[in-house]
Amino acid sequence: MINFEINGKAVSIDAEPDTPLLWAIRDEVGLTGTKFGCGIGMCGACTVHVGGRATRSCITPISAVEGTSVTTIEGLAVEDNHPVQEAWRNLRVPQCGYCQSGQIMQAAALLEDIPAPTDDDIDAVMTGNLCRCMTYPRIREAVRQAATAMTEGGRNNG
Amino acid sequence: MIKRIFWTITATAAVGVVGFGVYAYKPAMDPVAAQDRPAFGPEVVEQGRILAAAGYCSECHTTADGAPYAGNYAMETGFGTIYASNLTPAMDTGIGAYSVEAFRRAMKEGVDIDGRHLFPAFPYDHFAKMSDEDVDAIYAYIMTEVVPVEQETRENELPFPLNQRFLQAGWKLLFVDFDEYAFDDTQSEDWNRGAYLAEGVAHCGACHTPRNPVGAEIASDQYGGAQIDGWTAPALTADNASAVPWSTADFKSYLTDGVSTYHGISAGPMGPVVHAGIRELPDEDINALSVYLGERTGGNEDDPATSTAIVSTLERGRPDPQYRRDAGERLYATACASCHYNTAQIEAGRPDLGINSATNLDTPENLIHVILDGVSGPEGIEGVVMPGFRDALSTTEITAIAAYLRDARAGQPAWPDLSETVSRMAESAAHAE
Repeated sequence: MINFEINGKAVSIDAEPDTPLLWAIRDEVGLTGTKFGCGIGMCGACTVHVGGRATRSCITPISAVEGTSVTTIEGLAVEDNHPVQEAWRNLRVPQCGYCQSGQIMQAAALLEDIPAPTDDDIDAVMTGNLCRCMTYPRIREAVRQAATAMTEGGRNNG
Repeated sequence: MIKRIFWTITATAAVGVVGFGVYAYKPAMDPVAAQDRPAFGPEVVEQGRILAAAGYCSECHTTADGAPYAGNYAMETGFGTIYASNLTPAMDTGIGAYSVEAFRRAMKEGVDIDGRHLFPAFPYDHFAKMSDEDVDAIYAYIMTEVVPVEQETRENELPFPLNQRFLQAGWKLLFVDFDEYAFDDTQSEDWNRGAYLAEGVAHCGACHTPRNPVGAEIASDQYGGAQIDGWTAPALTADNASAVPWSTADFKSYLTDGVSTYHGISAGPMGPVVHAGIRELPDEDINALSVYLGERTGGNEDDPATSTAIVSTLERGRPDPQYRRDAGERLYATACASCHYNTAQIEAGRPDLGINSATNLDTPENLIHVILDGVSGPEGIEGVVMPGFRDALSTTEITAIAAYLRDARAGQPAWPDLSETVSRMAESAAHAE
């Protein structure tokens, strides 16, 4: 049994210790907002927060998250109104949408550490999150917009 | 004395008015019935078809959804809207009643069959350069091939006094040279043929030469470039703004196929000029035009392929090789930087690997252990994990990342036997759970 919190709720997962966290989230807990992309931690589609930090869940074994607190896209904000999510909606960032929950989780974590990122900062941190629809210009714009909203609104709920 | 001056001025003015009246007056010409028109051989009609295309007559004498040559195309001039005449051989509303002579007078003097002065939106100032033979061929084509369509030409929308046609005679007096094209002995046959076509039927200057405030081409700035329908008709002189001067070969390809490798394509108002017009001319005429224009733009001196502009634009367009220089750097950007990147300061939760102890040790094992197997929740910062890349990255890739960190980020001498160490560690079992 591996015990940890997911979106504020305690869960116990009965699975092999090397089961990827992503499988536990999707198949055991049933939260499917987090996506499987490459399976080798190179595309970012599976990004969740572990201890508040962006983590690629496809290559993170559940044994590693014992006792930690995991946040998925479903738990990022109570009413899906995290400034990053709002910026995403305002700018209609997604095209096919598959990579977007990973992008949003990565962006939210980015803004925790770097509240006023430059374009270079955004590129450096977000480069590991691939988007085959090439929505990168809108992603960058949305990160900037969210940064402004969070700074102005004094919000800090990532 | 004063009385005499008064009478002198009055008399001079009167003579002037009468003189202008005589100059401006053009008699009506007799209409001819369709069956009384002269017969034309097929080769003349074909020559006329080609010349009518090279003059893109139908561009301005046809509306978007109208019958060819039936007129009413609205030409927005700076002075008001002028509607192009019906050029079909319709007897009542077209030019069916024109004799050869009346057609020549319209083309080369800008006067219609009724003796009315035409507005210079119709470029008779260019067609005046044409030979009678060529003008007659266009007549032959229109009368033979164009389908007559009775369609009234709309009234022009010009303000008074610009709508007074007799005043056009004054404009002609001031601005138009009615002489036919004169052969220039100092230039080649081709050049002269090109000039004849460009100044005459093709009326290049109508768009490419700037106009004065009353709408006449400024002769001293011939082909200096001008605005037309919201587009720029570029200069056809050495002042042309292109990076590579236009050569004869460039014009040839542009006027034949609508594209010049070093300049671009014929678009906007120039599109139909090439595609429905100039390219109908025989090759030797297109060549002649190109010789003439190439001389004017002066692009025949150098081979563009080796010009500085071409070499440097190709150079500037090359992707920055920095992006491909180092596989380790790229892998780091993809797999590591989302967490291991810092901006103004270093965050504890974003370990900077350039100064990290593992990167600066004399041996690479600590760094490789973490890359292979990550950091679990209870280790390191409590509740934070780093996934391992044992199953995600190849040993070559892990070696590349480690080498990049050691060299480019830490500035330390390379670890000896790094790739062997990575391979050995990757083959041994993952650390105990």
